[in-house]
Amino acid sequence: MALDDTKRDFKVIGQRVVRPDGIDKVTGKAQYGADLILPGMLWGAVVRSPHAHAKILKIDASEALKLDGVEAVVTRADFVEQKGDNFADNLDNIMAGKKALYDGHAVAAVAATSQRLANKAAKLVKVEYEILPHVTEVDEAMKADAPVLHEGRKYTGAPAGSGPNVTHYQDYGHGDLDAGFAKADMVIERSFKSEGVHQGYIEPHACVANYNTDGRGETWVCTQGPFMIRDFTAAFNGFNISQVRVTPSEIGGGFGGKAHIFIEPVAAALSKKTGRPVKMAMTRSEVLRATGPTISGHIDVKIGMKKDGTITAGYLGMRAQGGAYPSGTVDMATQAAFAAYDLENVKSEGWNVVTNRPKEAAYRAPGAPLGVWGVESVLDELCQELNLDPMEVRIKNAAKKGTKSSYGPTFDDMGLLTALEAAKAHPHWNAPLDGPNKGRGLSCGFWFNFGGATSVSLQINSDGTASVTEGNPDIGGSRASISMMAAETLGLPFEKVRTIVADTNSIGFNQETNGSRVTFAVGLATIKAAEAAIKVMCGRAAKIWGIDEEAVDWVDGAAVPSGPNAGDFPPMTLAEIAKVAVQTGGPIAGHHEVTADGAGVSFGVHIADVEVDPETGKTTVLRYTAFQDAGKAIHPDYVEGQMQGGAVQGIGWALNEEYIYGADGRLQNDGFLDYRIPVASDLPMIDAVILEIPNPGHPYGVRGVGETGIVPPLAAIGNAVSRATGVRMTKLPMSPPTVLKAIS
Amino acid sequence: MRFEQPKTVNDAVSLLADADGLTRVLAGGTDVLVQLRLGMVEPDLVVDIKAIPGMRDITEENGGFTIGAAVSGAELGEHAKLVAAYPGVVEGMELVGSTQVQGRATLTGNLCNASPAADSVPAMIAADAIATIAGPDGPREVPVADIAIGPGKTSLKKGEIITSFHLPARPANASDAYLRFIPRTEMDIAVASAAVNLTLKEGKVVAAKIVLGAVAPTAVTVPAAADAIIGTALDDASLDAMAKACEAACNPITDKRGTIEFRTKTAGTLAKRAAKIAFARAGGKS
Repeated sequence: MALDDTKRDFKVIGQRVVRPDGIDKVTGKAQYGADLILPGMLWGAVVRSPHAHAKILKIDASEALKLDGVEAVVTRADFVEQKGDNFADNLDNIMAGKKALYDGHAVAAVAATSQRLANKAAKLVKVEYEILPHVTEVDEAMKADAPVLHEGRKYTGAPAGSGPNVTHYQDYGHGDLDAGFAKADMVIERSFKSEGVHQGYIEPHACVANYNTDGRGETWVCTQGPFMIRDFTAAFNGFNISQVRVTPSEIGGGFGGKAHIFIEPVAAALSKKTGRPVKMAMTRSEVLRATGPTISGHIDVKIGMKKDGTITAGYLGMRAQGGAYPSGTVDMATQAAFAAYDLENVKSEGWNVVTNRPKEAAYRAPGAPLGVWGVESVLDELCQELNLDPMEVRIKNAAKKGTKSSYGPTFDDMGLLTALEAAKAHPHWNAPLDGPNKGRGLSCGFWFNFGGATSVSLQINSDGTASVTEGNPDIGGSRASISMMAAETLGLPFEKVRTIVADTNSIGFNQETNGSRVTFAVGLATIKAAEAAIKVMCGRAAKIWGIDEEAVDWVDGAAVPSGPNAGDFPPMTLAEIAKVAVQTGGPIAGHHEVTADGAGVSFGVHIADVEVDPETGKTTVLRYTAFQDAGKAIHPDYVEGQMQGGAVQGIGWALNEEYIYGADGRLQNDGFLDYRIPVASDLPMIDAVILEIPNPGHPYGVRGVGETGIVPPLAAIGNAVSRATGVRMTKLPMSPPTVLKAIS
Repeated sequence: MRFEQPKTVNDAVSLLADADGLTRVLAGGTDVLVQLRLGMVEPDLVVDIKAIPGMRDITEENGGFTIGAAVSGAELGEHAKLVAAYPGVVEGMELVGSTQVQGRATLTGNLCNASPAADSVPAMIAADAIATIAGPDGPREVPVADIAIGPGKTSLKKGEIITSFHLPARPANASDAYLRFIPRTEMDIAVASAAVNLTLKEGKVVAAKIVLGAVAPTAVTVPAAADAIIGTALDDASLDAMAKACEAACNPITDKRGTIEFRTKTAGTLAKRAAKIAFARAGGKS
C-alpha cells in the first residue's frame, strides 16, 4: 500500500480538533440506550436464577399474568432453538433452557405497563428449581468428579482424558525448552492466580424493541455490534434478517462487553408477543451478575536467563475459566504472553474449563493482560536476582521486525524497541525514588489488533461538504477520526465533514466495534470511499473541460489537469464540482466494502511508581507513564485517552477489582460499592507518550490503539509493589488484605 | 406509598406513631432513596423532616453546639467554629459519600441507618454527643452510643425521631480526629475506623475516649485503649499498648470488604494514627 503517504505533511490528521459529540454529551442531549421512550411502550424485567446451578423443573407465570398491566411473559419456549455452538450457546445464555448455569442466569422475562409493575410481576413468576452442586473455581472444575455443567456434551478441543468440564486446549511455541533451560544461569518458576474482572462500563445494557407480530420491526440499542444484535435477534425469534433494523444508540462504554447479545432478543420476543414497543434496561446488579467478566485462572511461568540477561527459554501454562460456556480466550492469553520477546525456545499452552459463572465476554485485549502479567513478573524477578537492569534486559530480548513470534507469525514493522528506548530516555525512568516503601515497576504489553468486515459510504454535498456513513458505534472517538481521514483524503477542512453511525439498513455489514479495528479498518474503507468519490469528481471535471478522465489529478481538494499536455484549466474545487453535480451526471458518492487485513501489531511499555503502606498493605500509585506505538495518531487526544483508559482499567484489575463468590455460588459484590473500580482520586495523571511507527497495512500508517494499554499495568504495578515490599506478588488483586498478609 | 412533609415535630411524630405498616424518616435521603431504588424497602409512609423549623440549624449553646437533624455534611464543614472545636466529628461526616451526597447527607441519617461502618458515628460517640429524641411519650435525651443496637437496628421506638444532637463545650487543649480505612480514596465504606477524642494538660493526655467502627455489630468504645494513653505524651510504648487494647476489643466479621485479621490489625493502626492527629490538634508536642 502507499506507505509513502505517511511521510507527507498532513493537514488534518494529527490535529486535536474539537470532538463532534462533545456538546451533545455535556448537555445531556446525547441519546443513550435507556433514553428512548415510544408511545404505548411496555417495560421489561428479567427473572433470574438465584442459584449457581439448578435444573429448571417448572415455570409458572400465572400469578404474574393476573396483574392488571402485565402484558406478556416469555421463557425459552418462545425462542427458536439454534444449531451450531455459537448460536446455541448464546441462546442458552440469554434464556436458560433445562438448567440455570450461574447466579443471575435469565430464566424468564415479563413486559408490563411500568417498570415497577414489571419488577413486581417478575417476582411473581414461580420457578421450581432442583438445586445441583456447583463449581466456580478453575481447578475444582477441572477435576474428573466435578459437577458437570453440560452433561453429555463432547468438546472436540479438549485433550483425551480431561475432566468433563474441560472444553479446550491449545499450545504455541518453537525450539527446545529443555535445551534452553539447560543453558540458563538461573531459572525461576512461579504460579500466579487471578480473579474475575468486569469491563465496568458506566452505561448498563439497555434497548427498546418495537416489533409487530409479523416479525418486522426495529431495535434501538446500546451496543458495540448492531449487525450482531440484528443477526441474533432475527435467528432467535425466527425473523428474516431483512425485516430487522437495528439502530445503535450513543454508547457509555463497552470495552468488549457490549460486543455480545443479552437482553435484546428477549425484548424483541416480548414486543412480538404484545405488538407493542418494549424497553429493557439492566440494573448494575444484573450487569455484574449476568454479563461478561473476562477469563480468570491460574498461570504457571518458568523462564531461564543467562547472567547477561539473555532469555534462554520461556514456558507459560494457563488454566482458565470463561464461565458457563466454552471459551477460547485463553488462547489469546497464551499467544500474547511472550510476544514482546525474540526467543529461541518458547512454549505456551492453555486449557479452558466451564464453571458456574456468567459467560465470559470480550474485555479489552481479551486474555492478554493475564499472560503478560505472568511473564513480565518472572522476568522482573530474574532481573532482581541476577542484579540486572530491567529496562536493558527487555531491550536486549525485544522482538523486532523479522522476529518469529512466540505464537507463529513473523513480525513486520513494529514499535516495541522504539517504545523501550523512549521509556529508557524518559524523565520518569531516570527520576530517583525517594523514601522507603516505594517501588518502580516496568512491563511491556502486546495486542494483535484486528481489521475485519467493514462498509463505509460517503456523499459529496452540493455546498462542497461531505457526509460519511459508517456502521460501527463510536466508543473511542471514531466519528472524529473518520471525519479527519475523509477530510484529509478529499482535501477539505475537518469542519466540512460529518460522520454518522447509521442503522443496519443504511450501510453495508460491519463487524462489531472491537479488536481496536475501527480507526484502522473503517478509516481504511473511508479513505477508499473518498478516493472513489474523487475519481467521480475528476471524471466530472474532465467532462466539463472536455479532456480525458486520466488526464485529471486531485490536488488539495480540487481537480487539476495532470500536466501541461492535458490542457490549461484553472483548478476546479470540490465545491465547484459538487454544485453542478446534478447537471454533470448525477449525485456524487463513494463507498467501499472490505474485509480489512494488515491491522499491524501494537506494543506498549508502562512504568509505574507505587508506595505501599506497610501497616495496611494499601498501594498508592504515585506516578505512571505509558508509551505506545500508534502507527499514526489520527487524533492524539483520543489516542492518549485510550492509553490512559487502558492503564486505569489495568490498575483497577491489579489493585482491587475481583468477583467474589460465596460458598453458595452467588456473586457477593454485585455493585460498584464492592466491585471496586478505581475512582479519579485514586490515580495520578497518566502520562501518555505516543510513538509513531507506521503500519504498512494502512494508507496513513494507522494501528489500532484501543487495547494494548490494559496489557502492561498488571505487571507494571505488580513489579512495583514487589520491589516496594521485597515480596513477589503472585495473586490478583493486590488488595490491601492480600498485600498485608504477604508482607506480615 | 404516602409522602408527608410535616411542619412541626409533633406532626411528624403523630404521622409516624399513627402509621400502619413500614415507615421511613427522610432527612437527606442518601440512604433511603438508594434503598427504595434498589427495591430493598417499600415503605408505606415516608416522612420528610426537612421542612420543620430548626432542623437545618447549627446553634451554639454554652460553648457547645446543637445540630439540627437535617443539617447536611457540607453545612457542618462550612461552620468554622464547629470545625475548630470538633474537627474529628466533622471529618467523619465529610467522609460519607461524594460531594453531591455531602449536600444532603446528615449525621442523623448516618446514625439511624445503623451501619457498623457509619463514618460519623465513632467520633460522635467519642465526643460524648447526646441525641434529643421526640416521640409520642415526649422528648428524651440519649447518648449517641446508645442509639444503634445492631446492624440496621436502633433503640428508637415507634413514632420517635431524632431532632438534634448536642456536642458539649470543650476545655482548652482538647481535640479529636477520625480515620477510616478504605481500599480506594473515596466513595467507599469503612473496612475499619477509629475516632480519638482527647484533652491535654501540660502536654500530657488527661482525658481520652477511643471508639472503633466496622469491627463489631455497633461502634465500640474501648476504655482500655484510653487508659493506655492517659498520663502520656503518646510515646511509642503507650501507643502500642493502645493499639493492642483496640485489637482486643474488635469483634469483626470476614466478608467481601475485609477479613477478621485485616480489620483487627487495621483498627489498631488507625487508632494510633488518629491519636497522633488529635494530639497535635490539641496542641500537643511529640
